[in-house]
Amino acid sequence: MTWFSSPTGASESLRDTGYLADDATATTAYLAGALEKPLLVEGPAGVGKTELAKAVARATGADLVRLQCYEGLDEARALYEWNYKKQLLRIQASGGDQAWSETHDDIFTDEFLLTRPLLTAIRRETPTVLLIDEVDKTDVEVEGLLLEVLSDFQVTIPELGTVVALRRPYVVLTSNASRELSEALKRRCLYLHLDYPDAEREREIVTGQVPELDRRIAEQLIDTIGRLRDLDLKKAPSIAESVDWARTLVALQVGSLDDETISRTLGAVLKHASDHDRAIRELGLP
Amino acid sequence: MSGLVGRHIDFLEALRGAGLPVSLAEDLDAFAALAALPWHDRETVRTGYAATVVKRQSQRPTFDALFDLYFPRLVGAGAVGADDADDLEGDGLPAVRDSAEALADFLERLEEALVDDGQRALQDLAVEAVGRFGAMPGRAPGLSGWSAYTALRRVDPTELTGRIVAALEQRGRVPDEARRAAGRRIGTFIKAVEDDARRRIAEEKGPDHVADVAIRPTIDRLDFTSARRADLEEMRREIYPLARRLATRLTREHHALRRGPLDVRRTVRASLSTGGVPITTRHRPKRARRTELVVLCDVSGSVANFAQFTLLLVFALREQFTKVRAFTFIDTVHEVTHHFRPGADVADVMADLAASTAHAALWGRTNYGRALTTFAETYGDAVGPKTSLLILGDARSNYSDLSLPALRQVSDAARHAWWLNPEHPRHWDTGDSAAGPYGEIVPMVECRNLVQLGEFVHDLV
Repeated sequence: MTWFSSPTGASESLRDTGYLADDATATTAYLAGALEKPLLVEGPAGVGKTELAKAVARATGADLVRLQCYEGLDEARALYEWNYKKQLLRIQASGGDQAWSETHDDIFTDEFLLTRPLLTAIRRETPTVLLIDEVDKTDVEVEGLLLEVLSDFQVTIPELGTVVALRRPYVVLTSNASRELSEALKRRCLYLHLDYPDAEREREIVTGQVPELDRRIAEQLIDTIGRLRDLDLKKAPSIAESVDWARTLVALQVGSLDDETISRTLGAVLKHASDHDRAIRELGLP
Repeated sequence: MSGLVGRHIDFLEALRGAGLPVSLAEDLDAFAALAALPWHDRETVRTGYAATVVKRQSQRPTFDALFDLYFPRLVGAGAVGADDADDLEGDGLPAVRDSAEALADFLERLEEALVDDGQRALQDLAVEAVGRFGAMPGRAPGLSGWSAYTALRRVDPTELTGRIVAALEQRGRVPDEARRAAGRRIGTFIKAVEDDARRRIAEEKGPDHVADVAIRPTIDRLDFTSARRADLEEMRREIYPLARRLATRLTREHHALRRGPLDVRRTVRASLSTGGVPITTRHRPKRARRTELVVLCDVSGSVANFAQFTLLLVFALREQFTKVRAFTFIDTVHEVTHHFRPGADVADVMADLAASTAHAALWGRTNYGRALTTFAETYGDAVGPKTSLLILGDARSNYSDLSLPALRQVSDAARHAWWLNPEHPRHWDTGDSAAGPYGEIVPMVECRNLVQLGEFVHDLV
């Protein structure tokens, strides 16, 4: 199937699901679909990397299969596993009146296979978006595992043979760049770096997510966020924080965003004590 | 189509020349992407190339610069300039388009654009600036050129700083902030002018001619000693991500080495659940051996930046060491450990360090000999058998006494000692550099950019 008709088409259908993509994001999302290549998304925390995958799934009516990566993730959790307990039961139930070769063929069948996200995504017949989240958190060995899946969209199970994807899933990998991914993995992917949006787009995102927010306050909020990002902070506020802040202001029923209110609610945006001090000093807040 | 293929291949060659590892597979991907994309928008093509060829954000500036050379935004002076040219060049000779009125008018428009921060307007103004003020007439056709330097000398945007700051303050910006914003916008304009001059030169002489000389190395490969002020700021921002990446890598490697000797008691205990067969073995945790670190750095003008970056990186990784002490010197020694409080703001620490430089100087001329002697006398007890000693500096001691015995005494007391030199090895032992004599006592390591620094610190831990 074609995932998106054109870059503008991608931009529009993502917009319909509430994800406002800039031109580069929309174009790359379209390319990932058109070339059937996995898409590696990097960027600071909270700029909508994971959300992009979800939005693609919503926009194309595909199902989302998610593999959350962590240190210690292994084949059995990512790919597939044999259901040992059930196999054991099967052997015991046959009670020895069956030949070994029959049993052997019997217990390595689909019935005893526990599919994990990667295999699930490959075996699905309906359109699927496979999200491999925070791929930089895994060990290097798992990357090796991903290579076969991402380049040929197939998985080799020794007992069953090679499972080839009936329909290539749309793969999105996200990474916070806490370590360098291997060249081999990067080579197989399209690369997109998501950064903080420009003021215009951010205002649209915030008002889209928090429609109750007064327009004038939204302007002030985006302006302040922009000023905060200009400072040398440990963690600059991202879109997620802008939205949180907007929600906070709505919940507090703030009439206007003056310096007093900013310094009272700054905790919603800045998460380090030293950043806090710095912002108060540099922006001249009370 | 053949012209496009040629340009595509030239472009990728230039990228490879600039240090981007573009493989054949990515080359094919890029071409497939071009086939799948509409071509009416230059930015779409840029995105297509970026998605397939650039796999690391730090390489993006290099990519953008080269893309602008091979797929320029406009040809010649573009549509805007063509109109002007018509009324001015009626007699067929290149008219003098630079005049006092033109300059005043231009500066006015530039100021307006800088205050509004309109990217598009600034770019057009940069094109105009090079076309109008940056032309270098040649004797024969083809010998004329374009110079960003000439253009920027005529149109000096830094002169507008005061007025832009005032205008921004009127719009409710705090003075500091306004100054920063003005500085950055002017920086953008200067860069746009440089880019445009490069584009025009590339147009006349072919992009390959410019590609080799015009591209600056990526920020993590830029020499500390040749960095501009804007680069230093960018480098400082890179320090924390670098420290974080190093820390992740170190934890990972420690984990891999964590399995210590077999713990018999726990293994037998665990084997009870498998009927006495020790299927899973248990191990004692390995005790991590951490080093104490003493950093002694030269903070005289020539190498101050290098010392600051190294100190910041070392302190960002402080949990990897048991203890870190830092000393700065020019001709006497001053301890700066107390400036690095946990969780402190980077900019504050930098400011404190800069302020404390005065304590490290008595006469203000670098004197390694005196500094080393003072260090050995006053802080000699800081260096013990568990300590790694790190000396940072270019070993340029103004031809004074080198005090080799003092250095030998200190380095003998330490478990390891290294000397990091921010100069290229080919400059060692030239002029007043005493890299040779010092290098015989303490192994001297070249450390010119963030990549080398990161690697060194990693190996040190």
